[in-house]
Amino acid sequence: MNWTLALPEILLAVSGLVILLACVIPKQDTSYGGSMAVIGSLLGAAVLVMMQDEGTAFSGQYIADPFGRFMKLLCLAGAAATLLLAIDFNEREKLARFEFPLLALFATTGMMVMISANDLMAVYIGLELLSLPLYVIAAFNRDSGRSAEAGLKYFVLGALASGLLLYGTTLVYGFAGSTNFDKLAEAFGPGQSVSAGVVVGLVFVIAGMAFKASAVPFHMWTPDVYEGAPTPVTAFFAAAPKVAAIALLVRVLTGPFADLSDQWQQVLLLISAASMLLGSFAAIGQRNIKRLMAYSSIGHVGYALMGLAVDTDVGVRGVLVYMAIYLVMNIGTFAVLVSMRRQGKSVELIDDLAGLGKTHPGTAMWMAVFMFSMAGVPPLAGFFGKLYVFLAAMQAGYLWLALIGVGTSVIGGYYYLRIIKVMYFDSTEQPLDAATPGVGLVMAGSGLFNVLFILWPAPLIGAAQLAVAALVG
Amino acid sequence: MIAALAFYAFAFVLVASAVMVVTARNPVHSVLFLILAFFNASALFLLIGAEFLAMILVIVYVGAVAVLFLFVVMMLDIDFARLREGFQRYAPVGAVIGGILFLELVLVLAGWRFTDMAADLRLAPNPVGAVSNTAALGRVLYTDYVFLFQAAGLILLVAMIGAIVLTHRERVGTRRQVIADQVGRTGSVVLQNVAIGAGVSPGSILRPPPKDAPKAVEHHDTHGGHH
Repeated sequence: MNWTLALPEILLAVSGLVILLACVIPKQDTSYGGSMAVIGSLLGAAVLVMMQDEGTAFSGQYIADPFGRFMKLLCLAGAAATLLLAIDFNEREKLARFEFPLLALFATTGMMVMISANDLMAVYIGLELLSLPLYVIAAFNRDSGRSAEAGLKYFVLGALASGLLLYGTTLVYGFAGSTNFDKLAEAFGPGQSVSAGVVVGLVFVIAGMAFKASAVPFHMWTPDVYEGAPTPVTAFFAAAPKVAAIALLVRVLTGPFADLSDQWQQVLLLISAASMLLGSFAAIGQRNIKRLMAYSSIGHVGYALMGLAVDTDVGVRGVLVYMAIYLVMNIGTFAVLVSMRRQGKSVELIDDLAGLGKTHPGTAMWMAVFMFSMAGVPPLAGFFGKLYVFLAAMQAGYLWLALIGVGTSVIGGYYYLRIIKVMYFDSTEQPLDAATPGVGLVMAGSGLFNVLFILWPAPLIGAAQLAVAALVG
Repeated sequence: MIAALAFYAFAFVLVASAVMVVTARNPVHSVLFLILAFFNASALFLLIGAEFLAMILVIVYVGAVAVLFLFVVMMLDIDFARLREGFQRYAPVGAVIGGILFLELVLVLAGWRFTDMAADLRLAPNPVGAVSNTAALGRVLYTDYVFLFQAAGLILLVAMIGAIVLTHRERVGTRRQVIADQVGRTGSVVLQNVAIGAGVSPGSILRPPPKDAPKAVEHHDTHGGHH
């Protein structure tokens, strides 16, 4: 048994237990030390992921490959960055308890298990290990009714989604006789007849995973949960778990079900188009910026899934590049949102950004960069993300899907540009407080990535290419 | 013969108690019937030789889930009469959805058969006749499936942390027992020779000498509030 292959996961789990003990025993507040220790172990796991060998372990339940490495690094970076944003916010909002980073750590462990899953059981266990901490941290501000509502809504709908996934898994297992991805791929391979039961199971599995990625029509929880949860928690939700869910969809659909692409492609085409449309239209009327970001993230998932829906290597590479760029844009935007406070009190309306261009030109400049990038304005990274998936869709002959993508990007441009307009052209009597240095650092880092991506895109594209080659080859 | 008789007996009681779960007016009775149904189902599992499933059903479902249900039913003030109000109105819709699901199940089961290679596909087949189911499960659970087993353990840990995070509050003014303080306490308890038959003071508790008395009472309070 080649257990050392799973060292990153083992490191995360063990350091989670150690941090839990070390933080529970002292009588004083240990939240800062806990956060730092968690960020440290996330970085340690990232180093281990980079040094990881390739192969399968634990009787084929665990797989380590370049695809997993790419996605795991994204998740670890996303989780670490959003935890960094949370430290200051939680202290000011009196939410500073060590359980928050710890639960995020366990959620990240779940993401790693999901991404490395080579067995439907590992998929389910990983998904639950991801979901359970998320339900809790959504309700982390337990004295706030909205936060509790967010946690409860997420929990009930998430339990339903888990049920769907399990139902699909049992159907697939019942008809194929195995939960192992390699054996499933064999059972559904060319020349094998596939019964309706497998297709029903496959659709249920897709539904369960699409819920986690908050793709239409499984998006209903997203706006309420994003709005109700504390801002750093929303940032966490929008970053790493989404990447992990998309990674899982890619892994499952291009792995065991690769030869059933006739069946799942139509489902994904529909999900992708519907997500793009809803994400852009529903966001127009929003006044709360966290709610706006929820709809925006639904739209982004639609763009990313476009690459998977067209079912080509180029398309899947587009998904990977898109998720990487989405992650960085999102972390940057949420760094701005986390720093939005007036006289020490957190605010979250779009109108609260008024006058930011005059009072805090630095923050406003980065926010403008993120908004332009999200809208897909050419020199910035967000444009390239969209470019790759649109090109893949057109090459595969899905011109209508690419046209929907372009159309919804234009509509999306309206509400992204409106934020820039509010920042630079509206005036306010009460300026926002200045961002703290740590948050400013995250802003500047992701802002620079967005601006400079055009100069040196090769490493990201190359890594994505390598990951896709491992997946389909 | 006896096995067949036992099967029909258990199956009958199982179905009957399942019907009673839904129809019983008193929710506590519903839960008790549910427990009866679980016991009968586990007996059915025993009959087909799945002793591990039988044990799990009793331990997990009766021992934990059903008891939790009982707690919820008894502690929450749920007006079950009001919950049932819409039954007439929703029955047709429910029947249609139930019918569709039933049809789907029939269709799925009708198309279901073991493939020729089903036996080869089993990931962890039980060596025939060598060990019991429980022993075979134990063999693979901690070896082949240790990864999933440990991950499942982490999920339970997270659930525990979550429950504590969301509900535990550090209350002010709670009185906790500090045994060291109780043992180390001096001066508040005295041994006194009382005249036989005279009894003690009207409060029936013999207090320390008057000059110590106020101090002793205060002492007692600080101890009570100490954590």
